[in-house]
Amino acid sequence: MLTLDHVSKTYQIGSFGRGSLAAVRDVSFELQPGQVLSLIGESGSGKSTIGRMVLRLLRPTSGSITHDEGDIAQLHGHELKEYYRRVQGVFQDPFSSYNPIFKADRIFGMVHTEFFPHVSDDEWRDRLDNALESVSLNRDDVLHKYPHQLSGGQLQRLLVARALLLEIRYLVADEIISMLDASTRIDVLNLLADLKDRGLGVLFITHDLSLGNYISDTTLILRHGCVVEMGATEKVFGDPRHPYTQNLLASVPLLHEKWRREGVVGPSAATRPPEQAAEAPQLVRVEDDHLVAAD
Amino acid sequence: MSAAPTAPLASPTDPSQVELPAPAQPMSGLRETLHFALRNTKLLFGLSITTALLLFAIFGPFFARHGPLVYGSDLALRPTTHGGHWFGTTLQGQDVYAQFVNGLRLAFIVGAIGGGIAAAVAMVVGFTAGYRGGAVDEVLNMLTNVVLVIPTFALLLVIAAYLSVRGILTEAVFIGLTSWPWAARALRAQTFSLVSRDFVDMARLSGRSSRQIIFREIAPNMSSYLFMMFILLFGTAILIAATLDFIGLGPSNTISLGQMMQLSVQNAALQLHLWWWFLPPGLAIMAIVGSLYVMNVGLDEVFNPKLREM
Amino acid sequence: MALHVDDLRVYYRTLAGDVKALDGVTFDVADGEIMGLAGESGCGKSTLAKGLVRLDGRMRYVGGHVLLDGEELPIWDDEAMNRFRFREVSIVPQYAMSALNPIRKVGRMIHELLRARGVPANGIQQELERRLELVGLDRSVLGLYPIELSGGMKQRVVMVISTLLDPSLLIADEITSALDVSTQKAVAETLVEFRDRGFVKSMIVITHDIAVLYQVADTILVMYAGKLAEKAPADEIVSNPRHPYTRLLVSSLPEVGVRYTDKQLLGIPGRPPSLLEPPTGCRFRDRCPLATARCEQEPPWVERDGRGIACWEASAAPTAALPVAVESR
Repeated sequence: MLTLDHVSKTYQIGSFGRGSLAAVRDVSFELQPGQVLSLIGESGSGKSTIGRMVLRLLRPTSGSITHDEGDIAQLHGHELKEYYRRVQGVFQDPFSSYNPIFKADRIFGMVHTEFFPHVSDDEWRDRLDNALESVSLNRDDVLHKYPHQLSGGQLQRLLVARALLLEIRYLVADEIISMLDASTRIDVLNLLADLKDRGLGVLFITHDLSLGNYISDTTLILRHGCVVEMGATEKVFGDPRHPYTQNLLASVPLLHEKWRREGVVGPSAATRPPEQAAEAPQLVRVEDDHLVAAD
Repeated sequence: MSAAPTAPLASPTDPSQVELPAPAQPMSGLRETLHFALRNTKLLFGLSITTALLLFAIFGPFFARHGPLVYGSDLALRPTTHGGHWFGTTLQGQDVYAQFVNGLRLAFIVGAIGGGIAAAVAMVVGFTAGYRGGAVDEVLNMLTNVVLVIPTFALLLVIAAYLSVRGILTEAVFIGLTSWPWAARALRAQTFSLVSRDFVDMARLSGRSSRQIIFREIAPNMSSYLFMMFILLFGTAILIAATLDFIGLGPSNTISLGQMMQLSVQNAALQLHLWWWFLPPGLAIMAIVGSLYVMNVGLDEVFNPKLREM
Repeated sequence: MALHVDDLRVYYRTLAGDVKALDGVTFDVADGEIMGLAGESGCGKSTLAKGLVRLDGRMRYVGGHVLLDGEELPIWDDEAMNRFRFREVSIVPQYAMSALNPIRKVGRMIHELLRARGVPANGIQQELERRLELVGLDRSVLGLYPIELSGGMKQRVVMVISTLLDPSLLIADEITSALDVSTQKAVAETLVEFRDRGFVKSMIVITHDIAVLYQVADTILVMYAGKLAEKAPADEIVSNPRHPYTRLLVSSLPEVGVRYTDKQLLGIPGRPPSLLEPPTGCRFRDRCPLATARCEQEPPWVERDGRGIACWEASAAPTAALPVAVESR
C-alpha cells in the first residue's frame, strides 16, 4: 500500500529564497493495488507536485510517503532502484518523454540493462512481446522507430509497456491523455482500467473531471495545494458538498445540457495566489467514504 | 533508413496494417547529416582551407633548410631560392619560411590545447550548473562572472613578470583557463532547456545516476552544439594567442606567427617594405581563423534543419 | 451572407512535397452565426483559420475563393489583405495569451497596435475601457504587465483587442484549450456575449473539444484529413450525428456521469492518413466500419435542410444502421 501522510511541499522563491510558495499542503490518502485514485485540480492545485513526490523526483517539505511501511525519503541507491521496480510514472507530453535523437525502443534497453542485467536477450524479447501485447501494440509498428515517426498514443502506450516490464504495483499517470486526440484518448484510458482490473494501482492525475469520473474508484479534489473534497467517486461527483467542487462540476461543458448562463464573471484585480491561511482546512467526514473540507 | 513515400493501403478491416508513409526527412541520423554536409559550400570551403593549412603546418617544417631562430650568415632579405629562403629573411637574417611553418604549427597547438582546455572547463561548469540548479548554479555563476571580468592582459603581465621562461604550453593553458566563461554560459542555458524535458525524469525513473544522465542523455543531444563550440574556442584561442604575442606577451623560447608580426613591426618592416616578413603570418592567421568561422556557419546550417535552403 | 468559402485549398511546402492540409472545403457562415469547427489534430482546421487571415511562409494558396460580405478576400496577397485584417476579419490565434509582449504594459501595447493600424488611440480609449469592463476586467488591467495577469484574464484581453474595431468575422483558434475548466466557461461565454452585443457579426470557433462547441456554437462543422465530413446545427451533431466519423467521435467522449464499469467507451482504431500523399476516395475509409467498394470514389458534399455530409453510406442509410462506439456491460 502507498500512503501519503500529511504531506506538504513548500518552495522558496524570490532572490535568496525570501518568499515561499506552498504547492501542496497537508495532503493525506492511501492507494491500494487494483484501485484507481484520481487527483483532480486546476493548474496550480499541486496535483503534479504530488505525483512527482510519489515518484521520488521531489522531496516533501514535511509529512511522509510510505510504501509498504517504509518511508521512501530514506531510500538511496539500490533501495531506490527497488522502489522503481514497484512504482513508475508516465507524463503528459509523449514527445518530451523520449530523447529525440535515439530510437523509441531505447527505453526498453535501459530497463533491461538497469533492472534485469542477467536476463538473456531471447528471454527479454519474449517479455517485451508480452508487454507490447498487453498494451495492444504490434511490435513491427513500433520497434526500431524514432519518436517523431510514432503517434502520441503509441508513445504513451510504449511508456505503459515499459512500466509493465518492471512488474510494477503502482503507476503515476500525470495527465497522460490530455495531449492525445479524442479518438485515441479513450483507448489509453480503457487500457488503464484494464490494468487496474489486473491488480495495478493507478494514481490518475488530471484536470478533466469527466475522465476522472470515468475511470476512478476514489477521487480527491485539490485547490491551491489543499484537499477540498475526497471520497468514493460516485459520492464526490454525485453529491458534491464543497462549493468549489460544485462550481467545477457546473463549469464542465456537457454534451446534453447547456450551461446555466450567469453572465460573465471573473476577477477584476490582478491575480496573485490568494492569501494562504496558515493551516490547511480540516476535513470533515460527511458520510461513509466522503470527506469535505470545512472552511 | 528510408521508407517508401507511397504505401499501399490495407483493407479497412485491418487498420493496424496501414503502412505509414515516411515523414518529411528522406533519411535520418548520420546519413542525412553527411548528405547535407557534403553539399554545403561554406563548410567545404572552410574545411578545405583549414585542412590545407594544417597539412602545411605538419609537413612544412621538413622543407625548412634553417631553424627558425638561427641567425643566418647571408642577409638574403628578399625571397629567393638561393640558400632556401623561400619566404626571404628577416632583418636579422633569420629564415622567414622556417619561422612561418614553426609559427603555423604553434598556432594549431595553441588552438587545440587552449581550445580543448576551455571546452573541458566550460562543459564541466555549464553542465553542472544547468543540471543541478539552485545553490550550485549560483556559486558556479559567480565563478563564471569573476573569470569573465578578470583583465587577462593584466593577469598575464603579472605572470610574465614571475616566469622567466614561458613556453607555448603555458600560453595555451592560460588561454584555456580564461576564455571559457561565455561557452559555459551557453552550455548552461542549453542544459537548462533539456533538463526540463521529461526524458530526463524517465532516465531517473530507470535508475540512472546524474553523471550518466548528463553524459548519455543530455550531451549527445547537444553534440552538434558542442562540436561547433569547440571549433569556435579553437579559433578564438588562436586569435587571442596572436594578440598576446603581438604585444609581447608570447612564448619566450620560440617564434609564433603573432611574434613574427610583432618583430616585423618593431623593425619597421612596414616602412621598409619588407612585405615578405609581415604578410605571410598575417594572412595565415586571417586564413585559419576566418576559415574556421566560415566552417562553423556552414555546420550550423547542416545541423539545423530550419536554416537549410529548401 | 457574411462568409462564403468555396473549394478552398491551402497546402504546406515541405522537403518531401506538398502536404495537402486543406483540400477543398466549401461552407457558409451567416450573419450572427457562431460556427464551430471541430476535428482532431491534422484535420486542417488551424490551416483554415490561418488561411483566412494570413498565410505564413510555408503555406501555399492553391485554389478556391473566400467572399466576405460579397467582397473577395485576396488571401494569396499578404499586402492586399492588410486592409481587411483587424477591421473586417480578425483572429484570436492559438496561444495568443502567451504571445503578449512581456516587457510592455498591456495598455501601451494596445496603443502601439492601434497606431500601427492607423486608428487614433484617443477616439477608441473609452470604447476599449467599456469593453474591458464588460468582460469583467477593471481598466487598471491596462497598467499591468502580462505576467501579472492570469491565463483567463490574458485571454479576455486578447479577445477585446481582436474585436475592438467590430470585425465582420472573428476566428477563435483553440482559445479555451489551455485554460482551467472554470475560466474556460467564462471565456466561452464571453464569445457569445460579443456576438449578442454586435461587436462581431459572425464567428468561427475552432477547437477539438466538441462539448465546448455544443455549449456556444449554433452550427458545428466536423473536418477530417483536410476535408469536410459533416455539418449540422450543434444540437443535432451531438444528439444525432450521421457521418460515421462524427458518430464514433461523439460516442467516444466520456461525460461526467458515465463510468467505465457501466459502459465502456471505444475509440476509433487506426490513425488519420498522411496528407503528403492522401489516399484517393474517402479519406476515412480505412478506419470506417461502413466502408464499401463505393468509398474508393470520393463522396460529394451534399447539403440539405441545413445539414451537410460527405459520405456515400450515411446520406442514404437510415440512422439505425449507423455505428456507435459504445459497449454496454
